[in-house]
Amino acid sequence: MTATEYKAGSNLEKILSEGKFVVTGECGPPKSTDVTVIEEKAKILTGYVDAVNITDNQTAVVRVCSMASAYTAQQNGLEAIMQMTCRDRNRLAMQADIMGASTLGIKNVLCLTGDHMSFGNHPEARGVHDLDAINLIKMYKDMRDEKKFQCGEEMPIGPALFIGCAENPFADPFELRALRLKKKIEAGADFIQTQCIFNVPKFKKWMEEVRALGLHKEIKILAGITPLKGVGGARYMQKFVPGIDVPQDIVDRMAACEKGAPSQAEGKKIAVEMIKEFTEIEGVAGVHIMAIEWEIAVPEIVEAAGLMPRPAVA
Amino acid sequence: MITAERKPLDEILELVGDKKKILVAGCDTCVAICLTGGEKEAEILASELRILAEKDGRAVEVEHTAAIRQCEWEYLDMIAEKVEAADVVLSLACGIGIQSLAEKFAPQLVMPAVNTNMLGMPQEHAVWLERCVACGECRIGLTGGICPVVRCSKSLMNGPCGGSHDGLCEVTTPEKEEIECAWALIWERLKAQGREELMFTERPPKNWSKSSSGGPRKMVREEAKPV
Repeated sequence: MTATEYKAGSNLEKILSEGKFVVTGECGPPKSTDVTVIEEKAKILTGYVDAVNITDNQTAVVRVCSMASAYTAQQNGLEAIMQMTCRDRNRLAMQADIMGASTLGIKNVLCLTGDHMSFGNHPEARGVHDLDAINLIKMYKDMRDEKKFQCGEEMPIGPALFIGCAENPFADPFELRALRLKKKIEAGADFIQTQCIFNVPKFKKWMEEVRALGLHKEIKILAGITPLKGVGGARYMQKFVPGIDVPQDIVDRMAACEKGAPSQAEGKKIAVEMIKEFTEIEGVAGVHIMAIEWEIAVPEIVEAAGLMPRPAVA
Repeated sequence: MITAERKPLDEILELVGDKKKILVAGCDTCVAICLTGGEKEAEILASELRILAEKDGRAVEVEHTAAIRQCEWEYLDMIAEKVEAADVVLSLACGIGIQSLAEKFAPQLVMPAVNTNMLGMPQEHAVWLERCVACGECRIGLTGGICPVVRCSKSLMNGPCGGSHDGLCEVTTPEKEEIECAWALIWERLKAQGREELMFTERPPKNWSKSSSGGPRKMVREEAKPV
């Protein structure tokens, strides 16, 4: 593929288009203006992931904005996937921000609805929700491909974007989940990162449906992984986080380990086992490792999963 | 119907301030049906204010009345005398009624004694559920008669988010009660209607200029205007 054929020409797009197994990571910006937080996280992940998601007020908690943090990550040598939620911005802001991000060299964007305000630290905020994630994907695709704003007006140069979306194979109604991915592909998504997977059989079942619809040939699917640090986190997610499905055998494995280093080692081991299993699933193009406030675990996991060295791109 | 809830008494007292002649004005339409602001509730609030004033040793005169509909000029004529005689009017009507009263008798001091909260459906006795936000661009013909603007916590237009679980929304009400996932309901309804394909058609962004985002709205029916 020549440079002119790429949609954005990001590392992520290039590696995926070469058919190589991709690894992405995740970085949450700080709840302060301490820029070193992103710099430090970028240092840990550089060389071990092909790009890093920069979250956008994740869990509806205010943090440094994803655009500035994505820029900082890139200044530190780590390609960013800027997350963009529909919760905090209307269509004017979402178009302005993506053009701004583009002028700063950001090429990957992940289009999300966003966690509801009630989960975060400003539950009295007005939710914007002018567009939903599918509307957002379509708007960005039209800006890139048609050089058109959402209102239909034209622009001379559109943002070069590699457009991502999320999907949760563990949410209900299950029968809708693969079909919903199809809707996102039709809207213009180039890649998808799944919610973190613990229930591998259910993920495989979802992938079967995805393959039956031929969707794996139309979009790059990255399987979501969250390494567990201890049994507490596993139980919390099992009981309290809607849309996350933690099977009992995973909880039992973590419960059988002593707190601290042995638990952490088991959590990393589970992550590595899963990654190895995912590399064998037809249609899985990579993994998305969300080591929440545990970035330091990522290099070891990637190494142990046999995914080093990361491919160099031209 | 329009529903409202009475404000806490402390807030009402603050709004009344040191005014001596207080009129509590109910409305016998929507807010009466939701047991918040009809004549009976106006009488109760008036009694509460009298008892409190007596307890605190304040000399006040509290009367009550009710209009058939506070949102219509001709019904307001019927309570004009009482309104004009008061130092302050505490209205138990919805926001439309309160403002109609304030506009008709301006600059008379009219204060809200309720918080108007929704366009609700009486689900069972004494329980109302929000069903419409008057967005000005109704799409429920495409969603099995279930409104995703108001019933989906994120007003999604293209299906459920990743937080839908067992037919429930990831969000709970401020009282921590579970909320049904609108898109799970829509999907079941469309299946029952044999119209599943509607779920997979991409719905464009909504035109919010038809909602309150477009500024205060006005409706004129030219054909119904008197010649």
